Amino acid sequence: MNIYVILKRTFDTEEKIQIENGEIVEDGAEFIINPYDEYAIEEAIQIRDEHGGEVTLVTVGDEEAEKQLRTGLAMGADKAVLIEDEDVEDGDQFSTQAILAAYLQDKDADIILGGNVAVDGGSGQVGPRLAEQLGFNHVTSVVKIDIADGKATIEKDVEGDQQIVEVSLPVVVTAQQGLNEPRYPSLPGIMKAKKKPLETLDLDDLDLDEDDVEGKTKTVDRYLPPEKEAGKILEGELDDQVKELVSLLKNEAKVI
Amino acid sequence: MSKKVLVIGEVRDGAFRNVSFEAIAAAKEISADGEIVGVVLGDNVSGLANEMIHYGADKVLTVESDKLADYTPEGYSQALQAVIDQEDPEGIVLGHTAIGKDVSPKIAARIGSGLVSDAVGIEAAGEEVIFTRPIYSGKAFEKVVVKDGIVFATIRPNNIPALEKDDSRSGDVQSVDVDIKDLNTIIKDVVRNTTSGVDLSEASVIVAGGRGMKSEENFDILQELADVLGAAVGASRGACDAEYCDYALQIGQTGKVVTPDLYIAVGISGAIQHVAGMSNSKIIVAINKDPEAEIFQIADYGIVGDLFDIVPKLTEEFKKVLV
Repeated sequence: MNIYVILKRTFDTEEKIQIENGEIVEDGAEFIINPYDEYAIEEAIQIRDEHGGEVTLVTVGDEEAEKQLRTGLAMGADKAVLIEDEDVEDGDQFSTQAILAAYLQDKDADIILGGNVAVDGGSGQVGPRLAEQLGFNHVTSVVKIDIADGKATIEKDVEGDQQIVEVSLPVVVTAQQGLNEPRYPSLPGIMKAKKKPLETLDLDDLDLDEDDVEGKTKTVDRYLPPEKEAGKILEGELDDQVKELVSLLKNEAKVI
Repeated sequence: MSKKVLVIGEVRDGAFRNVSFEAIAAAKEISADGEIVGVVLGDNVSGLANEMIHYGADKVLTVESDKLADYTPEGYSQALQAVIDQEDPEGIVLGHTAIGKDVSPKIAARIGSGLVSDAVGIEAAGEEVIFTRPIYSGKAFEKVVVKDGIVFATIRPNNIPALEKDDSRSGDVQSVDVDIKDLNTIIKDVVRNTTSGVDLSEASVIVAGGRGMKSEENFDILQELADVLGAAVGASRGACDAEYCDYALQIGQTGKVVTPDLYIAVGISGAIQHVAGMSNSKIIVAINKDPEAEIFQIADYGIVGDLFDIVPKLTEEFKKVLV
């Protein structure tokens, strides 16, 4: 099996977000592999261990993302590719799609795994976009994958319900929580990862012009939501508190 | 501006999901004077089409096929491609639902366009349309414009109010014939985990439990409260990790991000992970035995005490008031 994982370096989910002049302040922040992409890496390793083959990690970003690729290699992936996108103007999901597709189009992938959504941008677009450009099927939000005879039987989460779909390979799948329990890199894994191949490419290497991958959308501002004022803690006998709460929700907040 | 905007409605269990009507209101924001064209896909859906007109669409196109009875990316994208080719729209809007999230990027890639996902606000500024959308799971927001090509967006349910329904509005309903090719994706089975019919992402009221619920069985008292309120039941990651409930119910940075009118957090401490998924709710009620719990800092109303005493009393009191 020729297995690829697309992953993104993101802010640690515990980080507090700060914004200056419409830009996210990254100084001193901790970065991680997007949590949903970790499920994708774990699943890719399990698929390889069952069916044989090789797991290649691919990310689009800057050189800092090498750290996240090394972590994925330490988990057990075989090799990694970093595609630098610093020349891309207003990079958006279209840009990422176009860059990944340019890299993956001649790789004969059987399955490409990614996260259902990145916890920073939160659009969940890149997986299905990539599948369309490559002419692959796609299944999003998957919680179970079985592969046999050139087909994948997949359980996907549909707003809390489970749908079981059968799809022919090659396929792009995006991982939902519940797919697996990602392993922590072991110490020998970390040592080995240092020697595994990590290739760095830029747009020229993929025969892409900056114009080909310029974003179709543009972020013009970022801001924090207004801080919420501390609310009202009710007091008195419990029965009275319950009555007061219901009355407040009905008459003051008007939400019931 | 008088752009033509397609609004793709979503039918579930024989009725439109409310976000379909919210998407019509969003289309009007994008193009106040333009033609709003509703689109409905399915097996037997033409009877529903008029409802989109009542909510503001000027005409509705239906594509009917047994291959569209269940959603598949290929089936829907073939049908939508045919409609887009016929209408040549300048905008497309649909709900940011399981289907909307799945099909919209595929269409965007196919037509080579941008896509603004999960918009919670839309404002027109001259020729430009500015979308507001949450980033970092609602810890921040961004404003996005489309630079090039079609204005294509999915909207988060429950954020852009639908227009008032007007049964006297009328318009054309036309069917579009599309020869849907064989599908590579076969739906084998659907397992319904959601107990009540209320969907977490679309619910206007959510009752959510945390580790303080102590067991799977105890979630029953939350379901009883939810039933009285017509609410959906959700959970914190802690409750899911402890196997009190399915991960499908998880609200938080990993999990679902929700914005109901009323969020009742029961036995939830308010870790940043969870708060990221619900802090944009309009009204937050916290019930927790620990007066220092962080959830009280973002709650509009709080009761400090034993949830096992409070929740049944609350259910009874709502029953009295809501009959």
